[in-house]
Amino acid sequence: MKVSIIGLEISVILLGIALLLVDLWVPARYRKGLGYLAVLGLGVILVSSFSMNASEAHYAFGGMYVLDQLALFFKRFFLLTAIIVLLISIEFSGRIRTGLTEYFSLMLFGLAGMMFAASSHHFALLFVSAELITVTFYVLVSFQRREIPSLEAGVKYLVLSALSSGLLVYGIALVFGAAQTLDFQALSEKAGQLGNDPLFLVGMFFVVAGLGFKIAAFPFHVWAPDVYQGAPIPTTAFLAVGSKAAGFALLMRLFFSAVPDFVVQWDLLLLILAAVTILYGNLCALPQQNLKRLLSYSSIAHAGYLLMGIAALSQSGSSAVLYYLAGYLFAVLAAFAVVTVVSNQVGAEDIASLAGLNRRGPLLAAAMTLAMVSLTGIPPLAGFFGKFLLLKAVLEQGAATTAHTGYYWLAGAAIVGVVISIYYYFGIIRTIFWSKDPEDLSPIPVSLPLRATLCVCLFGMLYLGIFPDYPLDMATEAVRALTF
Amino acid sequence: MSPITFIILWPLVAALLIGFVPRENRSTIRMIAIAGTFFSLFIALGLFFQFDTGEAGYQFVQREPWVGALDISYYVGVDGINLGLIVMAALVGFAACCLAYDVTERQKEYYILLLIMIGGIIGAFASLDLFFFYFFHELALVPTFIMIGVWGRGEKKNYATFQITIYLSLGALIALIGLVALYVQSGAETFDLVKIIESTASDPFSTSFQKVVFPLLLFGFGILVSLWPFHTWAPLGYGAAPTATAMVHAGVLKKFGLYGLIRIALPLFPEGARHWLGVIAILCLGNILYCGWVAMRQKDLNLLIGNSSVAHMGFVFLGIASLSLVGITGAVFVMVAHGLLAALSFGLSGYLYTQTKDLTMTDFGGLLRQMPFIGTVMVMAFLAGCGVPGFANFPGEIMVLFGAWQTVPVAVIIAAWGALLVGAIYMLRAIRTMLHGPRSEKWTTLVDATSAWRKLPFALLLAGLLFLGCYPPLLTEKIEPSAALVVDRLNGDEKKASADLKEPTLTKDLSTKELSSALSSALAWQERRD
Repeated sequence: MKVSIIGLEISVILLGIALLLVDLWVPARYRKGLGYLAVLGLGVILVSSFSMNASEAHYAFGGMYVLDQLALFFKRFFLLTAIIVLLISIEFSGRIRTGLTEYFSLMLFGLAGMMFAASSHHFALLFVSAELITVTFYVLVSFQRREIPSLEAGVKYLVLSALSSGLLVYGIALVFGAAQTLDFQALSEKAGQLGNDPLFLVGMFFVVAGLGFKIAAFPFHVWAPDVYQGAPIPTTAFLAVGSKAAGFALLMRLFFSAVPDFVVQWDLLLLILAAVTILYGNLCALPQQNLKRLLSYSSIAHAGYLLMGIAALSQSGSSAVLYYLAGYLFAVLAAFAVVTVVSNQVGAEDIASLAGLNRRGPLLAAAMTLAMVSLTGIPPLAGFFGKFLLLKAVLEQGAATTAHTGYYWLAGAAIVGVVISIYYYFGIIRTIFWSKDPEDLSPIPVSLPLRATLCVCLFGMLYLGIFPDYPLDMATEAVRALTF
Repeated sequence: MSPITFIILWPLVAALLIGFVPRENRSTIRMIAIAGTFFSLFIALGLFFQFDTGEAGYQFVQREPWVGALDISYYVGVDGINLGLIVMAALVGFAACCLAYDVTERQKEYYILLLIMIGGIIGAFASLDLFFFYFFHELALVPTFIMIGVWGRGEKKNYATFQITIYLSLGALIALIGLVALYVQSGAETFDLVKIIESTASDPFSTSFQKVVFPLLLFGFGILVSLWPFHTWAPLGYGAAPTATAMVHAGVLKKFGLYGLIRIALPLFPEGARHWLGVIAILCLGNILYCGWVAMRQKDLNLLIGNSSVAHMGFVFLGIASLSLVGITGAVFVMVAHGLLAALSFGLSGYLYTQTKDLTMTDFGGLLRQMPFIGTVMVMAFLAGCGVPGFANFPGEIMVLFGAWQTVPVAVIIAAWGALLVGAIYMLRAIRTMLHGPRSEKWTTLVDATSAWRKLPFALLLAGLLFLGCYPPLLTEKIEPSAALVVDRLNGDEKKASADLKEPTLTKDLSTKELSSALSSALAWQERRD
């Protein structure tokens, strides 16, 4: 085994430890600078990831860990997410009273967990990486420990997350009991015959429930609204993008590497899960007044859209998931960056605090507007092309399936969901541009790094929407590693 | 580079340029917008006259690959069906920019959105790639919502904005499902419409599939065209929209759904079309009669025009339901004619609204004396609206009625009543109340359009209506070979269709004769009636 295979993860963890050590010698007022150091380090790691070659899969730890195109895609995705989230955290740092450096390095450890998740090819690594993510989030969620909502969110996350981890590990145990192996490669050879084994079925069901918690899909979503609302904004952003994407990475590995022959039996279950999640998330988002809570329900809805790609059980479905995730990253992080700046200035996180934003900060208003438009799925932004690919995959599968018409109903549910979502996303845009003038119209200052962040997000949304050729090839290339 | 690309690009380039102009330079912003649409119109007119009349296939084609993996490409071209629409769109776009002076706040953003809308819809009409067809339409649709929301007028502005947004998005998404389903089912692995039609010629869609997907397109596109009973967004939305937005949306953008039905649904789903024929015929009567009836009761000029424009859409649907050459040629003709008419009507009502902020018809009176130019144009627009010969709507509607006689005679009888009687009642009543009679006491200070600059947009639109009304072959000769292709495919006559492509139908002189005989008998009939 060559160490270079897990080089990226090692570098991230070393960077996190280095930050903690450097912190000992850095006076408190310069700690913000450590955040920039972390961003710089992650930038170097991200760039160096492009020199890695994964055109054929490399294995480590006896096949537990795999480095292929899919893993590399997700690792870059997580690195980019972490860079942007760190930049948001630096903006947010004024509201974290103590332990700023710990906050940064915990994010890096969480990032390492996500990167391991992208490569997991064995139930043990799947569980360990999922736990590494969850445990860091216990702390990250309750980091504003003088604020009651943050603590409350932390406790809720802890309890529900522990429950889901319990389900996950119990499910893994049952699967092991039925299949006598935890290795995905070995499992994939046996899974086809285990379809009727009740032990295996219950086990798989628990595993999916545990992962459903990560991606916040209905009915495993109950934690999301409260935790999203109570947690510090950068944590929420990291949960909404990083943790959710890690859940999808694990789900894709599980379904299409470990049990591809088995999962075809579950198409109806996945269809229903996706449709209900879409409708539930969108309907619940309608009456929300708190931006973070609204984004949390919308992120549940997006988990539903993403599940459409999984439920399609096809290569085009999975590549659509990757494409959609990329568009989702830029839109959601742009939105959270704007919420951070505005709530720093205004001191509130409800939709009304965005009133008159177009005059107070044109860049903020533009970023928020385009993010909402992209999340709705309107051309020429990334969200549209992603939704288009997902719909295409679902309808393709619908044409190929003769047993039931579920795929067409799913497409219908997605359309209904999009139409509902127009109402609340455009409600935000309406507040920005044409609400009654607020009393305070003083300009909102935006720091240079955050300005750059917003520009990157805008560029990402537009690039993925207008020039989908290359990124789509990349996504298609990445899912070659899976079997359908 | 095809000239079509320039027609699409000029408004978009103008929008980009305006982005760099400081917002204080209002006249510069306006000049850029007008110049951009003027160039677009100029090239479109050039295209119209360079077009090889009688040729059925696509001309001025340009194709640039965009997404290799899915075979999506930027692919534009014109044939008889979309040529008239593109020229009409460019003309309405230019007129709308000229008449956008009623917007006095945040003009920079307004003109940018308006230009994106114009460029987008021309792109949608020109696209021969399913993806871009949809993409360009959405590009045009979203600015509409924003414009109505921000610059809209009236108390019901917010309600109208949300209604139009949700209705039209729903329609567009249903149509999107239909388009993706047809892409998937065609098995051609391409979004290239021409290739899909070719591949389905030898291997048509199964009848059951056609019966399911045709209604997706019919109702998806139908919502976009305000097909009864999905029309309620239209009068309210137009009532709340600023002048230029209402002009471009009612005149041009709304035709997208109809165009989609003729371009995509009819040739690809002939069985489906035949299966749903009765439904289209009944719903189109809903448009013509019910909305005409509603229009009769309106007190507000904008709501009257809005409802009457919904009613006119019924004729296009009737033409589509005819599934015949004359009917479909007529449908395309009505689309162009109504585009000019709707833009003219909303331009006029906007002109009045700028001065009065109120459009209750009974408050007006004797406008012809007060504003001779605007009054005259208004009389002519209203007459065109009730289908008087000499205006472009007449030949189009008459062709539709004649073409549909074979397939749905009962609908034709009812529609003719709706057209001649109901239309005449509300239009003539509006003329009587507003334009004749004693001068109103409420509005004594109205100012007529005196400068040539103010008159120009009205004059252009009216000239278009009169020109096509007096010399319809200018357009019908161009539409007819391409419409023949659609009809042949509808009848499953693939050999004839490919023959049509190779040799222009005009040489056969079959349908021009049909058309002119239809027209002359119609004229004779109208004379007898008078």
